[in-house]
Amino acid sequence: MKKYNTPLIDDLEKGPWPSFVTEMKKAAKTNEMANDALGHLEKCYSTKVGYWKHGGIVGVLGYGGGVIGRYSEIGNEFPGVAHFHTVRINQPSAFFYTSKALREICDIWDKYGSGLTNMHGSTGDLVLLGTKTEALEPIFAEYSSRGWDLGGSGSALRTPSCCVGPARCEWSNYDTLDLTYNLTQEFQDELHRPTFSYKFKIKSSGCACDCVAALARADLSIIGTWKGKIAVDQAEVKNYAKSMDINSEVVSMCPTQCMSYDGKELKINDEECSRCMHCITRMTKALRPTGERGATLCMGSKAPIVVGSLLSWVVVPFIKLEPPYTELKDLIRKIWDWWDENAKPRERIGEVIEMKGMRSFLEAIGVDPQPQQIKEPRKDPFMFYTDADIASYKAKEAEEKKTGKYRF
Amino acid sequence: MALPQRQTDVGPPHFKQFLPPVIEKNYGKWKYHEVLSHGHMVHVAEGGDKLWTVRVASPRILSTATIRELCDVADKYCDGYFRFTTRNNVEFLVSDEKKLEPLRKELKDRNFKMGGIGAGITNVVHTQGWVHCHGACTDASGLVKSMMDELFEYFESKSLPNKVRLAVACCVNMCGAVHCSDIAVVAVHTKVPTVKHEDFKNMCELPTVIGSCPTRAISPDPATKSVKIKEEKCMYCGNCFTVCPPISIKDPERDGVAIVVGGKINSLRTNPKFSKLVIPYISNEPPRWPKVVAAIKHIVEVYASHARKHERIGEWIERIGWERFFKLTGIDFTFQCIDDFTFMRDTLRTASTFKW
Repeated sequence: MKKYNTPLIDDLEKGPWPSFVTEMKKAAKTNEMANDALGHLEKCYSTKVGYWKHGGIVGVLGYGGGVIGRYSEIGNEFPGVAHFHTVRINQPSAFFYTSKALREICDIWDKYGSGLTNMHGSTGDLVLLGTKTEALEPIFAEYSSRGWDLGGSGSALRTPSCCVGPARCEWSNYDTLDLTYNLTQEFQDELHRPTFSYKFKIKSSGCACDCVAALARADLSIIGTWKGKIAVDQAEVKNYAKSMDINSEVVSMCPTQCMSYDGKELKINDEECSRCMHCITRMTKALRPTGERGATLCMGSKAPIVVGSLLSWVVVPFIKLEPPYTELKDLIRKIWDWWDENAKPRERIGEVIEMKGMRSFLEAIGVDPQPQQIKEPRKDPFMFYTDADIASYKAKEAEEKKTGKYRF
Repeated sequence: MALPQRQTDVGPPHFKQFLPPVIEKNYGKWKYHEVLSHGHMVHVAEGGDKLWTVRVASPRILSTATIRELCDVADKYCDGYFRFTTRNNVEFLVSDEKKLEPLRKELKDRNFKMGGIGAGITNVVHTQGWVHCHGACTDASGLVKSMMDELFEYFESKSLPNKVRLAVACCVNMCGAVHCSDIAVVAVHTKVPTVKHEDFKNMCELPTVIGSCPTRAISPDPATKSVKIKEEKCMYCGNCFTVCPPISIKDPERDGVAIVVGGKINSLRTNPKFSKLVIPYISNEPPRWPKVVAAIKHIVEVYASHARKHERIGEWIERIGWERFFKLTGIDFTFQCIDDFTFMRDTLRTASTFKW
């Protein structure tokens, strides 16, 4: 195996933080592809430019995604990375593994690929980094026969992902792991065979802490919440008072000012609480949500490409999420139908909602307008009235004439 | 040897088979948790069962050799069970308190770095960079390594007013939630792309290329059967390059990074926010990017000495005002900080009540 001189990236083996260069070198000891990836990267560091070509179309039979084609512009110089394709493996919900399963994944990858991985990619897939075109079908046969499948790529449903949820968190308002598994199984066709205008991401967080960053980067962001009161354990409040200033650290930081503490008792006006989670995260032994559980469905978030970043907008303020999740699945299908009808190529759903208007979207998916969907009503007087809108306002006025009572 | 029979559309394996028994038993029945140090915490179930989590850093790029080492540790102390976090850390799960200290000792002896829990700096969400992406204007992994070497004490032991979420994107595509981070590095191109006109008609779709431009800088050029790019309109986003290989945008001397601050994702206290631009350009200086690292460390230190307990960077800045942020940090305010893209109306000031 060729020995590359890599003084620049060698410097990144120093220091306390674990080094990705050390990882590449570990793989390079026995693997030609990983060895050439090292030399290739050193060249990038010396010239300050990357050498990967645009992705080519490669994949496995019957699927349109899951493999990202990657070729080097300087494959002659570094033949081990002339092809260096990525294989995305759909991770288990909340990234739980056993050593047995991961060793099996490693054994197959060492046989066919570079021995390098990402645990995990940003979307959530277990990413196998770097293999050749002829290895793709064998890799797929080895993994799929053992119960693993590819993740999404391209203009398709991307691999759904979720927070740790009820598996190890007291705050989860629905079963994020089960919902993610269930939706992934339900929409296998949409995940493996790209038929959408662009990517579509679904992410599930059990509460407003949003540990999977759903609100910032998922076309459908499912954020757990509740409708009941926050139960207060006053004895535990007293314990917290020994080590923290409850008024300055909790009460005065409450965004709705719905709490008070007089040194003896913590009172919460639950009607006014907006469920932001600050008090609960500060005093988790003393405070717990109770009553009806479910989620808020928000839609549209994405990174800047093409016309600026978006955070997801509240679409359905509350939905119950229990197996088999029929209401949510039906809604997702309606959302995709409307998107499909209205989007230009490479338009995310948030951009289409912005272009066509929230009304068009809400009507298409059968959701009523509600003040929970907005920060404030419109500021300009330019608006659409349909004949049906005016007819309904007239009908309301006719009713008022009969009853002698106004309804605004 | 013959290959096994492939199957399609099986989806991921069911997660239940990977849950340790203490989690299966207490699934959905956790009562509270306590952070014991930056490196470990304990969750307590309604019935009294306890689960200790020990979190260690990972560079995200892992060799199979290291994954096997993680497996060995998990076999020895955790009956083979472990998990990863959304920010690429590894978590070992222990239900028997007697195993906790031996596990922590072995991780330390093997030079794994424990930390990342609570009000400090945890692992950095980042993209592929030069390691594996065609559009990268920098290397994400190298930047992360350089930043975290310098900020390591905040991972392992030192606390801040609240957590500081860092992220690195190697281009404005921003794979990962970079745009809502406390501090993020976003690599930028700064020059108008060039077009190899002779290849255009064979490799690109004209409407797709024109449609890819957010500022309508691209128009057809019938003379060359290609496109023209209007220099004064181009903001170098690279979207045209992504859809059309004969368009070239990489430039080793001009590609660099910008720094954005003040974003957050959760809804605690205040609503989620985007990160905002404060430093528009720093040159690429591999392998260590010293100026980028110094800028981030400086912002973290100014935040640490001025913010109130539990305030995130964005909340602190909103309380004191952006004009005060620029003064406290000494960062030059430049034209790039004033939005002239989609958010101009929302971001300009409409009152005379500001600070000097």
